[in-house]
Formats: sequence, C-alpha cells, structure tokens
Amino acid sequence: MEELMKILKELRPEVDFENEDKLIDNGILDSFDLVALVGEINDTFDVEVEFEDMEPENFNSAKAMYAMIQRLEDEV
Amino acid sequence: MINNVLEYLEEACQKYPAKTAFIEPGKSYTYEQAVEIAKTIGSNIAQKKVYGKPIAVIADRDLISLMGFFGIVYAGNFYVPIDKALPLERKNTILRVMDPALVLYQEKDAKSMEGMDLQERHCTMESLYHGQVSIDEEALAKVREQHLSTMPLYIMFTSGSTGVPKGVVVSHGSVVDLVEQFAVTFAFKEDEIFANQAPFDFDVSVKDIYSTIKNKATMCIIPKSMFIMPKKLLSYLDENKATTIIWAASAMSVVATFKGLDKVKPESLRNIMFSGEVLPMKVLHYWQKNLPDANYVNLYGPTEITCNCTYYKVDRPFGMEEVLPIGKAFPNTQILLLNEEGKEVAEGETGEICVRGCSLALGYYNNDEATKKAFCQNPLHNSYIDRIYRTGDMGYYNERHELVFAARKDHQIKHMGHRIELAEIEIPVNALDFIDKCCCVYDEQAEKIVLFYEAAKECNVEIIEKLQVKLPKYMCPNRMIHMEKIPMNSHEKMDRVKLKKMLSEVYHES
Repeated sequence: MEELMKILKELRPEVDFENEDKLIDNGILDSFDLVALVGEINDTFDVEVEFEDMEPENFNSAKAMYAMIQRLEDEV
Repeated sequence: MINNVLEYLEEACQKYPAKTAFIEPGKSYTYEQAVEIAKTIGSNIAQKKVYGKPIAVIADRDLISLMGFFGIVYAGNFYVPIDKALPLERKNTILRVMDPALVLYQEKDAKSMEGMDLQERHCTMESLYHGQVSIDEEALAKVREQHLSTMPLYIMFTSGSTGVPKGVVVSHGSVVDLVEQFAVTFAFKEDEIFANQAPFDFDVSVKDIYSTIKNKATMCIIPKSMFIMPKKLLSYLDENKATTIIWAASAMSVVATFKGLDKVKPESLRNIMFSGEVLPMKVLHYWQKNLPDANYVNLYGPTEITCNCTYYKVDRPFGMEEVLPIGKAFPNTQILLLNEEGKEVAEGETGEICVRGCSLALGYYNNDEATKKAFCQNPLHNSYIDRIYRTGDMGYYNERHELVFAARKDHQIKHMGHRIELAEIEIPVNALDFIDKCCCVYDEQAEKIVLFYEAAKECNVEIIEKLQVKLPKYMCPNRMIHMEKIPMNSHEKMDRVKLKKMLSEVYHES
C-alpha cells in the first residue's frame, strides 16, 4: 500500500488519496493520469492491469486499486 | 466553388435529408434536423445584431455544442470553443483576449459560469433553440450574400510564450481547402463514419466535423468517459461501425496501454489517423497487429495552418528504433525548410519547417506582434505578398525524400497531444510569493513536465493547487523538484541542459 501511495502522491500531489473514494466518478483522475498510473502499477508490482480491469470500481479509491493489485498478484 | 462551409451541410441535407449526420450516445440528428436546428439558432443570434463578431461557446463534446457552432456561422459570426472543463481564470483570460459579442452555454452548466467575466453578453443554448424550429430565411439569406471565403470560421486558442494564450483565426476558405484535400488524399466515401475523440476546442476535431459534412457522411461522438475507463470504447466503435478515426496520438496510446484490441476488434475501421505528437512505435505495432488491413496515416501540422500540412501513409514496416516520417505536403500546400538566414537548406539538412498555401490562418486574434513574428513574407523573394508560417519545428528529408520531424527550435513542447510553451507554466509559478525562481523542462522519455524551483522549503502541493485554478490540467507539472539553487549557465541563464541531465540522476535515486 505504501508503494502505491507513493506512486499516487507523485502523480497528483494535491489529491487526498487517503480519503477520496470517487476518483473516477468525480472525474478527479483523467485518462492521462490513468495511462501513467497503470504503467507505474504494472512496473512496480510486476502485474498486468488488463482491459477488463479498467472499471471505475477498481480505481475509485487507493484502497480499491490496492485490492485489484493484490488480486492480480495472486493470479500471477 | 464552396465559399462557406455551410454549403457542405446544405448539400448533404438536400441529397440525404433523412441520413444520420451526428450521433452521441442516446441521441442523433439527421441532416435535415441538423440544418433546421442550426438555422433556428442562427436566426435567433441574427436578431441580436452582433454580425461579424466572435461568439464563445462553452463547449462540451456533444450535439448541442456542434449545433451552436453551425448556428453561429449561419448568423454570420465565428465561433470560439472554450472547453467547459478549463479552470475559471483560463476561461476569463480567453474572454479578455477575444472580447466576444456573446457567450453561449447550456443551462446545465449555469453553475460553472459563476465568476466568469460575462458582462451581460451571455445567453443559453436553450434560449436559442428549445425544440421548436423557427427560421428567419430572409435574415439568413442576407448574411449569406455578404459572405466571403476569407472570413473567419473559428478561433482556437493555443499556448503562448508570454503567458497569455493565442487565438488562431481560421477562415472558411482554409477549412474548405483542408477537407477537400483530405477527401481526395484519403478517398473518403459517403458511408464514412468518423468516430470523434478530440475535444471541440482542439483543432483535431475540425477534421471530423467538416470531413463529415463535406463527404455527406456520419460523425459519431465518443464520450470522454470511454477514454478514462476504456472498457466500452472498442465495443462502442464496433457497434457504431466506425470507419475512420482521426485521433490524438495519445488516445491511440490509451487503447494500446490497456490492450483494448485484444478483446474487441472493430473490423469496420479502415482509416486510422493520428497526430499531435510522435506516435510511439510500440503503439503503432500494437494497432497494426490487431487491425492489419487498415490504412495508418501519420498527420502533421500546427493549428496555424489549419490542422495538417503533411501526411505519411504508413507503407512499410518500422523497427522499434525507427522514426515515423511526417511524409509529404498535402496538395495545394508547400513546405519550405529554411535555415537561419532564411534560405532553403540542402537536401538532407535540417531546417525550420515553414508552410505556404491557402491553408494558412489569418493570424492571432488581437495580437499583431505575435502574428507578424510567425506569419511572414516568404524570405525567398520580395516581389509580391506571399505569406509563410514559421512552425518553429525543425525537420529534414530522409533518403526516401520523406519529411521527418527533428526537434523544436524553442521551449515549446508536445505533451499529451497538447502544445505547451514552458514559459506559460513558469510565469504563474514565478508569480507565487513563496517561489524565488523556477524552470520547467520536459522529460521526453517519461513524458513528464518537470518543474525545478527555488523556495524556502518544499511546497509541491501549494504550487499545484495554485496552478490548477490558472492552467488546464495538461499544463500542470507532473513532477516538482525543490532545489536550493537552480544551476545557471555561462550566460547567467537557468541551465536547462544541466537540469535535464540531472533528471536522469534524480530518477536513478528514486
């Protein structure tokens, strides 16, 4: 989780990732953020976020992202 | 000869009144409906007696904004799309530069209009068209009689190095030239379905809108949310049987990053065109592997020459280390590669890409100084008026005589498909009282805008919060580095070269 927070803080230092749970629904993250974010997640956690994973519920909060990463790590 | 883009719309309407012209999710207009709505909006604007003046549209990528554009043209005005997502200060800066006669917006966006410098000149789209057709043919005919193809059609704003964005004024004639050349060069047909990705305040969308009406084709607007969560994007293209996409290279990358084509292949796609920045080779390879039969075209050109001046049809395989050429000039357009003395460079040498032809914009709105700098007399002769546009891009011809983009002459960068003058970021940062000094560089490899700054203490969050209300999000730095002292070069200027070099070291550390 710490590693993920570091990525997120680097990407958008002004966003309150600890508490925000509508990152996608409220349009806080845009498509460019997501391209950068998914690239970082893939590299850092050695997973592959796939097309099927690109759903708001997986990206609305840091917690949801982390849950997705853990699921993907288990699949590897 | 076509002298007004509305003739395209009307010709299409005459031939195929019931054909679907424009689609957005859950809604569409036939050519007949589009003409009726646009004429109604135009008739209502004409009553306001603001003929010949710019009209701003707080735009979204939707049918009603599009109808607003056409309506404005019917009234004998020209439109200035302003993305409704832009920060307030940015919107106001644009309004100050252009001083529009009217600002159109939709009722649902009334809240976001608060704080805008409107001065009684705003009106809602709904007040111009509320479902009822009411056309003043006489007034519209009078407008049309006075029309010249040299009159402005739209203004698009682009980053300016003085910190104020510049409004590029483009005429009907230039857009007619563009879509005529596109139609011939790429053999567009009447059954074309253009799937629009680009925002309407970005001139990539001009190709979608006007190619659609010129070719009596259909335009299908892809909602922005599909590029954020692209799961539905490819099936949307497939369901709508999209044949042609003219996208920002960054949008092509979105699909490749998420491997969108692995699951759904929109086989109807036959023309895949991209521009805005260099398309990464791995992205091209990904698309080609999945849709091998489509035509791939690299398009190049700044807003000032009306979208694109050169194209390259990908006609051979490229290795990962190779660069995609920008190809050759469209018909009725000429490219000159000039050196510092204003002379043509020798074959193979690098020179500034300068453009000549009737695609040249009319200059920057209310900005004579910037206009004179970029649009100037062809330095190869002085016998008659012969304008060229200096792009500031450097290019050369490869051994196949294909034009290749080499670099920028100045501090302008391309980031996420947008043109950005780094000074436009530095100026507002320097204006913050807790900042002593700053310098922006672009890290091409990581595709990040990096801001180095001198201040008493680290203040990344404070900087970004202040910037977000002033600049569009794509202009905000992606990485901020606090420094005790920014290195200077021998000319006592901030040493951008050294800073760029340091970047790789910083990355190493983290």
